[in-house]
Amino acid sequence: MKRSVIVLLLAALLAAGCGGKSPAAATPDAGLPADAAAVAAERGLTPDDIYAAVKTYTPSGQLDPYIMIASGGQSGQLLVIGVPSMRILKVIAVFTPEPWQGYGFGGSSNDVLAGGDMANQELRWGDTHHPGLSETNGEYDGQFVFINDKANARLAVIDLRDFETKQIIKNPNANIDHGGTFVTPNTDYIVEGPQYAAPIGGDYASLDNYAEVYRGLITFWKFDRLTGRVDMARSFQIELPPYWQDLCDAGKGPSDGWIFCNSFNTELATGGVELGNPPFEAGTTKNDTDYMHIFNWKKAEQVFQAGQFDTVNGMAVIRLQTAIDEDVLYFTPEPKSPHGADVTPGGEYIVVGGKLDPHVTIYSFEKIMAAITAGGLDVDQYGVPVIPLDQSMEAQVELGLGPLHTVYDDKGYAYTSLFLDSAVARWTLGGPYSSLHAEEPWTLVQKLPVQYNIGHIAAAEGDTASPDGGYVVALNKWSIDRFANVGPLLPQNFQLIDTSQPGDQMRLLYDLPIGMAEPHYAQIIKADKLKAFEVYPEVGWNPETMSVDPNAITAPDQARVERNGNQVEIWMAVIRSHFTPERVEIKQGDHVIWHFTSLERTRDATHGFALSGYNINLSLEPGESQTIEFDAHTAGTFNYFCTEFCSALHLEMVGYMLVEP
Amino acid sequence: MKYLFDPDVKVLLPDGSTRRLFDFLLPSTLLMLAALLLVVSVFLPYWRMTMFAPQYPKGLRVEVFVNQLQGDVSEVDALNHYLGMPPLDEGGRVERSISTVTLMVFGLLLVGAVFIHNQWAGLLALPVLAYPVVFLADLFFILYTYGHSIDPKSALGGAIDPFTPPLLGEGVIGQFRTLAEFGPGFYLALAAVGVVVVGLWFHRAAYKPIVDARRRAAALSAAHA
Repeated sequence: MKRSVIVLLLAALLAAGCGGKSPAAATPDAGLPADAAAVAAERGLTPDDIYAAVKTYTPSGQLDPYIMIASGGQSGQLLVIGVPSMRILKVIAVFTPEPWQGYGFGGSSNDVLAGGDMANQELRWGDTHHPGLSETNGEYDGQFVFINDKANARLAVIDLRDFETKQIIKNPNANIDHGGTFVTPNTDYIVEGPQYAAPIGGDYASLDNYAEVYRGLITFWKFDRLTGRVDMARSFQIELPPYWQDLCDAGKGPSDGWIFCNSFNTELATGGVELGNPPFEAGTTKNDTDYMHIFNWKKAEQVFQAGQFDTVNGMAVIRLQTAIDEDVLYFTPEPKSPHGADVTPGGEYIVVGGKLDPHVTIYSFEKIMAAITAGGLDVDQYGVPVIPLDQSMEAQVELGLGPLHTVYDDKGYAYTSLFLDSAVARWTLGGPYSSLHAEEPWTLVQKLPVQYNIGHIAAAEGDTASPDGGYVVALNKWSIDRFANVGPLLPQNFQLIDTSQPGDQMRLLYDLPIGMAEPHYAQIIKADKLKAFEVYPEVGWNPETMSVDPNAITAPDQARVERNGNQVEIWMAVIRSHFTPERVEIKQGDHVIWHFTSLERTRDATHGFALSGYNINLSLEPGESQTIEFDAHTAGTFNYFCTEFCSALHLEMVGYMLVEP
Repeated sequence: MKYLFDPDVKVLLPDGSTRRLFDFLLPSTLLMLAALLLVVSVFLPYWRMTMFAPQYPKGLRVEVFVNQLQGDVSEVDALNHYLGMPPLDEGGRVERSISTVTLMVFGLLLVGAVFIHNQWAGLLALPVLAYPVVFLADLFFILYTYGHSIDPKSALGGAIDPFTPPLLGEGVIGQFRTLAEFGPGFYLALAAVGVVVVGLWFHRAAYKPIVDARRRAAALSAAHA
């Protein structure tokens, strides 16, 4: 009650300030309580600052209405962040071992990580780029989130019932995948685009044969909701010209069944600056236009199901010529090494950022369809039909320098990140969106400076069929002077922007430093769509199978140790504040299979299990079951102990593993 | 039903006097209602204790039914093991195992009382009248035994003195503030007692004239003999 009075007073004050840009510090007559006004004056806070504080401050125990799932960049993980408080709630371990969650230090997570290994190379990091929340009818459904690893062309599936990674799958025919993950409106497929072209399957080929042998490749991973896994046998790929296809977005509504991707190397540049060739940065940007790729994925699915593909490394690949012959693939020009391809909420338009061109180009799906139906299209050097720009384009809006990515709100506005301008551009959509805003359609409304070098941009439910509006987050690559100097490697800066007011009323609210990696994309979902377990539903729950484990026990008196030759199998009960058994006596060279069951049913009563000298640490959440296996390679006296402060007697939650020589 | 409420339908007593059929309906209904209340009470908690501590923002609650324990039993057990106390489940195990059958029998006794038209009807109802008091006494005994089962050798056994959790109202155990309340099951049992008392009153009122008439008839025939 009291807070809402303050908000009202502030709102009145700001309205009186006519734009509220007054740099003057707050004074007691600002309507604040005297003590708060004194603090504001002492800290030199402007009315805008106070507005931002009131808009984001989240009292203890109050929960955020939105959850942002952000890429964790080179950390190989995902970040879970509350909006608008901008509090980091969790780091989800995905491609990189993470000890707190016991991820990669024993237990089923070792198998998940190993699932993404290459034949001759263990992979224990990833470069996560674009998280994709599962969708139903074009709306986030809060069930799963997918994330790609650009560095190794891998895809991971995270189940949002426990926010844990369930599957990592290596793309057998690609070595890089920047463009991923994008879901179709009902999550039938998770789309993984490539980026740098390579021979399909990753075989050696001289760059002299680039045009003939190197290829782009887009992957449609079939997702099975029931098993919560990608099914490789029902997935397929499409061979593409070596044009460096990049970011994609699936059509919805009228454009459902299609997917659109930008590309940026129609020049077929192969680098070699040391040989006197133009470097990639120049070679790939020579042409005035590249090609937006337009895929009829439902048609491609039919082609796949009809068996019109080659199998390469166990994966179905629809050849480029087949894709052309079966009307699966079309091109349309897009200006100058563009970035992003973002479908409007209703599915009518596709927006492509110019990157090196100051415009966003808006394509009309209706016009694209008309051009395809009319036929008679010229083809490019690989035989792909090209729809001329004047037959596909709806509008262009000049926004400023370095337009990259676009998200949407509920008021008919689009928000585009401007990398070079370090700004967020708000501009108006036309067509059916014209009635939602007061301004002219296809017009720049406001440019809000951000700090600095914005890459991606995220909005509340911003790439669903019905965006919420209210908040946009600028995912800035540089922070320079925003935070205390912590050495030459600086945190990134996530900036929360208030988009609740129309017109030129966007405001900056909050800076969140990300000091663990450089994230790329993020998605923001309504918090109430997430229905995570508070504790695992039953004692003995195996998070890998999402069911009760056959080796789980339900009471401490079932705990036991059994020896069979040199194999020792242990069933251990875990509950505050003791392990049962507390003594494990084995012999050097024994093979140990150790099952754990947490008997806890209370929220947050998590135990850890660390075993000294054996590189093992598990997180045993209430009800969780895990199994580790190792060889007792070293004789000696070892302790195992609880690594999660569980109770007043946490330090006493310990046991001895004696390994007899 | 028509005959039941028909004022012309009458019961003929041994001495020739009559009473309305409806006079017998009320006590029968009341006693059977009491039986029904007892049966329903099996499905409702009789007593519950809610425990509040900072790390349990929603509190911990244990609900005692006559035939089961529900609520955060496993967590309370997990906490109590620090005091070396037995699992909650061990107290009143016999009572829980026989309670459903016992209450069914109590109910059948009440139904039986409907058909006993003399002072012995009160005897059949006696177990029901005593039942709530016996329940409370037993619960107190279980709580007392439980609170006095702290093992001094357990982790925190030396830190807390033996105690008896209150049957009703607030108490403090360790960092927990406790609140004990009766549940709807117990109130149904109490209601059953009330209904039985009223039922027996009308039962007596309905059947005393028959007993008296029978006596008079017997005295008359003895005089003739």
